[in-house]
Amino acid sequence: MNGISIFVQQLINGLSLGSIYALIALGYTMVYGIVKLINFAHGDVMMVGAYAGYFVLCAVGTTPFGMTLAFLAAMVMCGLLSLVIERLAYRPLRNAPRLNSLITAIAVELILQNVMRVLPFVGPDPRQFPTMPTKMLSIGIVSFSNIQLIVIVLSAVLMVVLNYIVNYTKTGKAMRAVSYDLGAASLMGISVNRIIAITFVIGSVLAGAGGVLYATAYPQIDPVMGYIPGLKAFVAAVLGGIGSIPGAMMGGVILGIAETMTKAYVSSQYADAISYMILIVILLVKPTGILGKKTHVKV
Amino acid sequence: MKNKFYRNTAILGAIAFVAVFVPTLLIKLDVINAYTAQIITLGGINAIMALSVNIVCGITGQLSLGQAGFEAIGAYSVILLTQNLGIPLPVSMVLAALIAAFFGFLIGFPTLKLEGDYLAIVTLAFGEIIRVVLVNQKGITGGPNGKQFPTILSTDFVWGPALSYLVIVGVLVAIIILLQNFIRSTYGRAILAVREDEIAANSNGVSVFRYKMVGFVVASFVGGIGGALYAPFIGFIKPDLASFNNSINDLIFVVLGGMGSVTGSVLAAFVLTYLQEFLRFLQNYRLLFYPVILILVMLFRPQGLLGMKELSFIRSIELVQHIKRVRAMQREKAGAKQANETEGAAEK
Repeated sequence: MNGISIFVQQLINGLSLGSIYALIALGYTMVYGIVKLINFAHGDVMMVGAYAGYFVLCAVGTTPFGMTLAFLAAMVMCGLLSLVIERLAYRPLRNAPRLNSLITAIAVELILQNVMRVLPFVGPDPRQFPTMPTKMLSIGIVSFSNIQLIVIVLSAVLMVVLNYIVNYTKTGKAMRAVSYDLGAASLMGISVNRIIAITFVIGSVLAGAGGVLYATAYPQIDPVMGYIPGLKAFVAAVLGGIGSIPGAMMGGVILGIAETMTKAYVSSQYADAISYMILIVILLVKPTGILGKKTHVKV
Repeated sequence: MKNKFYRNTAILGAIAFVAVFVPTLLIKLDVINAYTAQIITLGGINAIMALSVNIVCGITGQLSLGQAGFEAIGAYSVILLTQNLGIPLPVSMVLAALIAAFFGFLIGFPTLKLEGDYLAIVTLAFGEIIRVVLVNQKGITGGPNGKQFPTILSTDFVWGPALSYLVIVGVLVAIIILLQNFIRSTYGRAILAVREDEIAANSNGVSVFRYKMVGFVVASFVGGIGGALYAPFIGFIKPDLASFNNSINDLIFVVLGGMGSVTGSVLAAFVLTYLQEFLRFLQNYRLLFYPVILILVMLFRPQGLLGMKELSFIRSIELVQHIKRVRAMQREKAGAKQANETEGAAEK
């Protein structure tokens, strides 16, 4: 293999990792755009999604039908879970200082992790995630696995669907209105509570899909698996400009590529540190992120 | 006024003296066993970390999610300075805290100019970077297995527990005293003004960025002290010291005790450290118990148990005196009334 071929190969690896980050980052960015809350529990919602997928795959088997069912189960499970979290933990604190909601989000994260750890059929030990047998497909000089193909295609489809929902439906319009000005939107007859709940659900459905994809690509799951991808996705959301949906997609892909390139060409140990360094650099150079808008505070 | 000043200083001095020396004596005399002593002393370190978080979150009004990163820097620095450079332990503790403060300066300088949650994000990333670097610089830090640091505080069974308590709680008391003075100084008042309203403070000529920096660097200094005491006391450290979970633990003390309340966060640190040990019989459920309390506090008492109030020893003593005085007056009155009645009865 020559240099270019390796480079393109890494690019595809990065794209596949990056699209998972992007899927998770969308949930962060949508929630932040609407309620200005860093939803730390998001990575753990993803973890719950991965477990839902795991149980379905164990029961049905890793056929294409089983995979579809696993995705559906994970998405439904995460949607319901986030509905419950939003109703019980975040909604009562809607008007509280932001620090309180943030700490509640951290507490929800810890609860999700520890509930999974305590549940008898989950337990704290890591498990092997059942995946399809890997097949290598090659086009010209590059080759990629069927799993990478699924990851990239499925994330792209989900993002297109999300784009449609946000930009071309009535609910999407309401979401944009609430994120622009919560008070004014509520005066215009938009049910703010409903829209916020829907935003949480959409974000978590994407995280559920992201969870199954992540577990398929890195086939080991445990109750704290959501922490690192959650953090990375959050970095991706900030990188793209938190609150901006195309920004999150872009940030995710950039981060994924940067990370695989670091692994391939610099040092595999510092790949994690690189993403945080990117975060700090972007905050220094352009704190609003690549696609974020600058806001001015008026008295 | 003046005699009250001396009286109040004497009261606080006496309380500080009792808090530091009486338990030390009890530990030395084996009235408090080594296990309990260990927990109480750990509570002291947690209280120092809680103060560090409190200076950022409660007093300066910024959110830091990486305070444990400074603890780790302090802990590793003290080991490296003592073992590799042969600097005596007390000196290297001060140097370690200064190193942590320097890192605080580096992190704060670019980020405190920004508004909103950015400091939270950067400190979070900072803690993770520190952890990754500590894991990977195996030659210097010992990698994921951590580093041993046998000192008199951790290995000596005769003097160790009592001495640890003496040193750590002594430092804690010193920090509390300095912090109380700091809050009431020009700097402290400016920092509080920034916390209350940045725009108003700015228009009154308070340099918002500068005072946020002062608050943040002081906090990282205190965090460094926490780490510098932790390493010789435990005698063993791991990169996990810098982890997000550890930072959150420190934050929980402050949130439960009351943001901005020094006594509240110190008290919460001691109580929760003890509670963690006490709840060990619950095993895995123990970890579940903690966040549930956190959510309940956020829902029903969002300002924390003490809010911004302080437990004041002087005021409580004054209260007791006041109650006594009122009681005495009531008794006098009642006595006089009784005397009147008996007189009246005698006249009849």
